[in-house]
Amino acid sequence: MQAARAESVDLDAVAASFRAAAPAADFCSLRLVEARDEHLAVRRGVVQPPHVTYDCGAMVTVWDGGGVGYAATSDLSSSGLRRAAEQALAWARRTAGSHVLGASGWRPQVGDGEYASPVETPWASIALADKVGLLRGEAERLHTDARIVDWEAGLWHTALDTLLVTAGGGRVRQAFQFLVPTLSATANAGAETQTRTFGGHAYCRQGGLEILRAVGFFDAAPRLAGQALELLAAPNCPSGAMDLVIAPDQMILQIHESIGHPLELDRILGDERNYAGRSFVTLDMFGTYRYGSELLNVTFDPTRSEQLASYGFDDDGQPAHREDVIGAGILLRPLGSGSSQARAGLPGVANARATSWNRPPIDRMANLNLEPGQHTFDELVRGVERGVYVETNCSWSIDDSRNKFQFGCEWGRRIENGALREVVKNPNYRGVSATFWRNLRAVGNRDTLEVLGTPWCGKGEPNQVIRVGHASPACVFSDVDVFGGDA
Amino acid sequence: MREYFDEMAAAIQPLLRGAERYTATFRGEESDFVRFNRGAVRQAGAVTQRALTVDLIEGRRHAAGTLTLRGDAGGDRARLARLIGELREMRGELAEDPYLLYATAVHSTDRRRSAVLPDRDTAVRAIARAGEGRDLVGIYAAGSSHAGFANSFGQRNWYSAPSFNLDWSFFHDSDKAVKAAYAGTEWDALELERKVASAAEQLAVLARPSRALRPGRYRVYLTPAALYEILGVVSWGGFGLRAHRTKTTPLIKMIEEGRRLHADLQISEHTGGGIAPDFQDAGFIRPDRITLVDGGAYRECLVSPRSAAEYGVETNGASASEAPASIEVGAGAVPVDGVLRELHTGLYVSNLWYLNFSDRTACRTTGMTRFATFWVENGVIQAPAEVMRFDETIYRMLGDNLMGLTAEREVILDPATYFQRSTDSARLPGVLVDDFTLTL
Repeated sequence: MQAARAESVDLDAVAASFRAAAPAADFCSLRLVEARDEHLAVRRGVVQPPHVTYDCGAMVTVWDGGGVGYAATSDLSSSGLRRAAEQALAWARRTAGSHVLGASGWRPQVGDGEYASPVETPWASIALADKVGLLRGEAERLHTDARIVDWEAGLWHTALDTLLVTAGGGRVRQAFQFLVPTLSATANAGAETQTRTFGGHAYCRQGGLEILRAVGFFDAAPRLAGQALELLAAPNCPSGAMDLVIAPDQMILQIHESIGHPLELDRILGDERNYAGRSFVTLDMFGTYRYGSELLNVTFDPTRSEQLASYGFDDDGQPAHREDVIGAGILLRPLGSGSSQARAGLPGVANARATSWNRPPIDRMANLNLEPGQHTFDELVRGVERGVYVETNCSWSIDDSRNKFQFGCEWGRRIENGALREVVKNPNYRGVSATFWRNLRAVGNRDTLEVLGTPWCGKGEPNQVIRVGHASPACVFSDVDVFGGDA
Repeated sequence: MREYFDEMAAAIQPLLRGAERYTATFRGEESDFVRFNRGAVRQAGAVTQRALTVDLIEGRRHAAGTLTLRGDAGGDRARLARLIGELREMRGELAEDPYLLYATAVHSTDRRRSAVLPDRDTAVRAIARAGEGRDLVGIYAAGSSHAGFANSFGQRNWYSAPSFNLDWSFFHDSDKAVKAAYAGTEWDALELERKVASAAEQLAVLARPSRALRPGRYRVYLTPAALYEILGVVSWGGFGLRAHRTKTTPLIKMIEEGRRLHADLQISEHTGGGIAPDFQDAGFIRPDRITLVDGGAYRECLVSPRSAAEYGVETNGASASEAPASIEVGAGAVPVDGVLRELHTGLYVSNLWYLNFSDRTACRTTGMTRFATFWVENGVIQAPAEVMRFDETIYRMLGDNLMGLTAEREVILDPATYFQRSTDSARLPGVLVDDFTLTL
């Protein structure tokens, strides 16, 4: 068993002292976050220094007289919470008359409920030495050849408890467990270096150590090392307009960047224009705009329990439900939380989310999934006369309107006359979101679907990085501008 | 916060047993954040946070833990004791770490900057005035950042820097905008007004009909802000020893094949000229300057203590990421007021955005133009240009096709606020580049 936790906070006791100290205001809430992170890694046969992080703090939010203010503090004493409430109230009064939400009439409606991640094998049920031993074994299986110059296996576990309460009696308690397994092998010959990873960080999920077997962690190392070596001698990806078969661990990036972000309602409303960017999508497109071919069906789904960004309630306390976002290619609903919905006059989803106690909630995409179609993987490939199959994102770039993109992958295989051919290195492709999804020609079935995500989605001012989930089958796109690296 | 850090550091030593040693780092801030959209406040508030990281060492075995401090000394001491107990248990399950390296020679420092920050009402009113009649969007961040280091040898380092950073855009329409910043330590209302007026002047040009460009090669002027983005992506392993030794550096052709950048190019990590702390997490002090590229050739790497132990070289006080925090590029000879004349016909690129690699081993990067990008003919700005994607190698941009660097350089204070306000900065010229490839 693992060592006892160095800290555990009675969040309900903190909430009780907040309620006693809450200022007289139109609305006042307290959002408490307690997190324990643990990073373990073995690199080049050496156990990296393990690091455990305990973080606990509170954000008080006050609405008063048309203004809104927040104050975040790690001082959870009664006096600390009172000071934070006074600061938040001062900011609310300072912004009264000039706040975007002041005239909307909207207020968070915090209900009463709980949520917990499903966990079969708790992180703490296996001793540190055994977890390190497990990583040491997988790392060793990555080092299959002297040309593998760097190799690493890692685990990042997070236990996250949140409690949202209002002065008026609302209470939402949620307990999450996240696991991010990683593997990477870097091969080198002269000035040629190629790296293969276990989906980057994509095989991240909610749950316990049972995730490792569910995502194939124990089967991956020899394959990744072999592919890294294979890439050293591979030709560059061919160039030209051709069909592209995209594996789930690249599809999630494609969904994330060119569907998720452009549909975030705060971007459409302009909040992010100085940093993360705007959107080519406008408010009048919902309900009529053809985003993709009829094969494109996208859902906001916080109910898939193993997925990284599932939850019962968002950080404004709104109950979270599955919603269709794009149906048969038609744009249906933005990814906007309650306050954005009020500003835009559109229905949305429960996606007000904050990185932690020290950042206010903003619209985030959470779990955004592409629904499976009918075809087996073999059928997808058989339908391609000339093209490339790509796996695992390694480069991503897209304009601030989320339209012109260029993405690169770790590994590719040329396809000719319906059959996979030789491995190619540095596969890249570029396109325009507004037209790319209309060229979605075939969608893989449930056997090709993978439940993935990323713990690293950045956005917001002040900046926030947050976990999002994406499930996707393999997909085929026509007439894509594909290219390789320099000779 | 200095006193509280000292109190916590002093509390660690009595918790040690036998031959145990420790290093400890502290990070804290008291910041106000006010976000604006269309001239109105979008979100406003304050964040106070402080965290202590302890690396508990015995021989070559160690484990590290971070604790958010609450500010009540008795409670935090008790939490610290529990953390150290947990780290001791963890350490007992670990093998020796062959690459553990921490400072043993004591170099205590205390670097506290002073500042004149505006009161909150003054700042919010001034920004609201700047937004009157304009579509202003951005963020104002102000307050103090703190960092500290302590170890069981008695070394104490402290860094405290109050500052403000107003990072904003004036939008004309859709993606046509002027990006501007006013950052520093001495708030001057007149200076803000000058920057607002300058941005508003550029905004007027954005009202002209925009010009759509075809993919192709163009002569461009990249402002210091645009160059900062390019150096940012190259810094993903480009200057760190670990990336060099594992052959993952995007500059591998400079190391393995002797490729060079332009002979006029000097790149250094100039801690003495930046605003970042001059100490790092294992207690090593950063030198004033480390020359990374000299005369276009690769010179030195940034070497963290861990890489130093792994590869048998001396550390130069780099952080674990081995990325520059105070990057500087030497000035050239092109006067800023002569840039349009030198450019003659081509693109004036004020900002680049979302850079990444197209081919890492070739250091070929891609990214987008963003905000104010202007089409220039005969040395005169003609029209705003539609956003375009570029795809270029560093060896062409800052090598074969580098036409010149500006004589004047700009200091850029990184506005990033992930986890905590950044203390990174840069001092950079603008660059004129020929045959810059636009692809989409």
